[in-house]
Amino acid sequence: MLQSLVHVCLAGISAGMFIWLVASGLTLVFGVLRVLNFAHGSFYMLGAYLCFAVLKAMGGNFWLGLLLGPLIVSVVGYVMERYLLRLVYHLELPYQLLLTFAMVLIFDDLVKMIWGAGSIGSPAVPGLSGSVSIAGREFPVYNLFIIAVGPLVALGLYGLLEKTWWGRIVRASASDREMALSIGVNVPLLYSGVFMFGAWLSAVGGALAVPYVGLLTTGMGEAIIISAFIVVVIGGLGSLKGAFLGSLIVGLLSSFGTRFMPMLDMFLTFGLMAAVLLWRPQGFFAEG
Amino acid sequence: MNQYWKYFLMLGCLGALVGIGFVSGPFVLYLATRIMILSIFALGYNLLLGRTGLLSFGHAAFFATGAYGLAITSIHISAHPLLGILIGVAAAALLSLCIGFFCVRHTEIYFAMLTLAFGMMVFALIWNLRSITGGDDGLYGISRTAISLGIVKIPIRNDYQFYFFVLFFFMVSVFLINRIYSSPFGLVLAGIRENHIRAEFSGLSVKAYRLGVFTVSGAFAGLAGSLSALLESNVAPFSAHWTHSAEPVLVSLIGGLQTFSGPVVGSVIFVALREVLQRFTYNWMLWFGVLLLAIIIGFRGGVVGSISEAFRRYSRP
Repeated sequence: MLQSLVHVCLAGISAGMFIWLVASGLTLVFGVLRVLNFAHGSFYMLGAYLCFAVLKAMGGNFWLGLLLGPLIVSVVGYVMERYLLRLVYHLELPYQLLLTFAMVLIFDDLVKMIWGAGSIGSPAVPGLSGSVSIAGREFPVYNLFIIAVGPLVALGLYGLLEKTWWGRIVRASASDREMALSIGVNVPLLYSGVFMFGAWLSAVGGALAVPYVGLLTTGMGEAIIISAFIVVVIGGLGSLKGAFLGSLIVGLLSSFGTRFMPMLDMFLTFGLMAAVLLWRPQGFFAEG
Repeated sequence: MNQYWKYFLMLGCLGALVGIGFVSGPFVLYLATRIMILSIFALGYNLLLGRTGLLSFGHAAFFATGAYGLAITSIHISAHPLLGILIGVAAAALLSLCIGFFCVRHTEIYFAMLTLAFGMMVFALIWNLRSITGGDDGLYGISRTAISLGIVKIPIRNDYQFYFFVLFFFMVSVFLINRIYSSPFGLVLAGIRENHIRAEFSGLSVKAYRLGVFTVSGAFAGLAGSLSALLESNVAPFSAHWTHSAEPVLVSLIGGLQTFSGPVVGSVIFVALREVLQRFTYNWMLWFGVLLLAIIIGFRGGVVGSISEAFRRYSRP
């Protein structure tokens, strides 16, 4: 029983870390640009496919794919922000949401056109394959690596936002756009930068998922964006700390749910999202 | 455009619809029936989105409630189509009243997220309650038995018979929603969209109005759902998935959010274009995405809005 609990926890945490990588970008973009981006899950998917493509082209080196794939995605993110999203900031919410939804449709079909509609397999990672014994049962090393990456990204984000000049500018623009503009911050450029960074984070998640999920499908973007929505709602829209804790909660909830009450798993997760929205719409972990 | 032209146009459309019912082959009849069902869904939905300015991602749940309501009635209780539709619509209205009660406390992004959460809870229930809903298999074998009204029996088994059956409900829906648009209730909704604070200050209970329109649009979604269950003779759980909620949004947007006929025109374009695109390419979603982008960026009035704008500009001097 105990060993099973430990493993359910570990599986939940590693699943939560993928959600965190998507949710962190999502909530960062929402905090600064005030746009909830449906296509953020598509960046995750694109990150995975591009990592796979680079890896295939460069002779099977996963780390090169992890480096280059997300970089290409952030360029895609730049194009989307600069030439599409920028045109709708002044419009009402439905138009903004629907524009990003249109991008989901476009990205999905582009990926299908380029890589085919079926799912494609993915290779093992050199250096991180195999498994170790934890509490009397085997656990993949790669999943431990993921569990380590999540908090590292969180620490990095914290340092970047709280301790650097850039972070101060980003936080200032998030809290008051007009004021930031009037003291000479290049807000449009900043928006592009934040959006690119968010897209990059999500794509890193996707690239890291390549060895983890085993199979790449175009549906992986839609699956994770809904989890990420739940997470940013639970944590409070725009709160990074909330998104991190929310990711852990959703990851654990779904792994425990799948293990112990598979009938109620999805219902409970969405029930939690609805409950938070009703009683604490600013999120569980938002300050104030 | 004056009043006479409008009536003329409506009569013309009605004539064309009746004509389609008499002369078309089964494929065109099937498409036209689907267009009318989608129109009912979108017309009801646009009361919420275009008229009141609320974006819901949960209406697929009400559509599915209508469909499953009819399917369960038809399998377990009675195959009378009118009873099934009645139960389907009532169930959808009741569910949207309950869900709406919670959702209308928020607006904007929180409203959209809340409807998404509740809608997906309904999806989760349908997916998991295998013994009632058939789980991921859905329910099948729904028969289109004749409508018995005392002494007369109206058969709806054939394609064209069913077409006229749906046409009847389509006309009733168009009439009802048109009345809602011009009623005091409908005008208050537009007022809430334009400025909800001002509406609140003039003594209107904004929440009650929002709940009202949410329930009405949920009931029309249920009607569309139960009709589509009869058309396809099966129901599938993915009809409750949030991605299905995007359909009436796309349709209303293509046709024009701020117009009455927008959702109907949008439905025609959506279904027809999808059929055409599927002939040439597997990637029809890509082209819908591009169309959607073009409408959001360049033609926010949609097809109807842009055409009537052009018409006005042309006839002014």
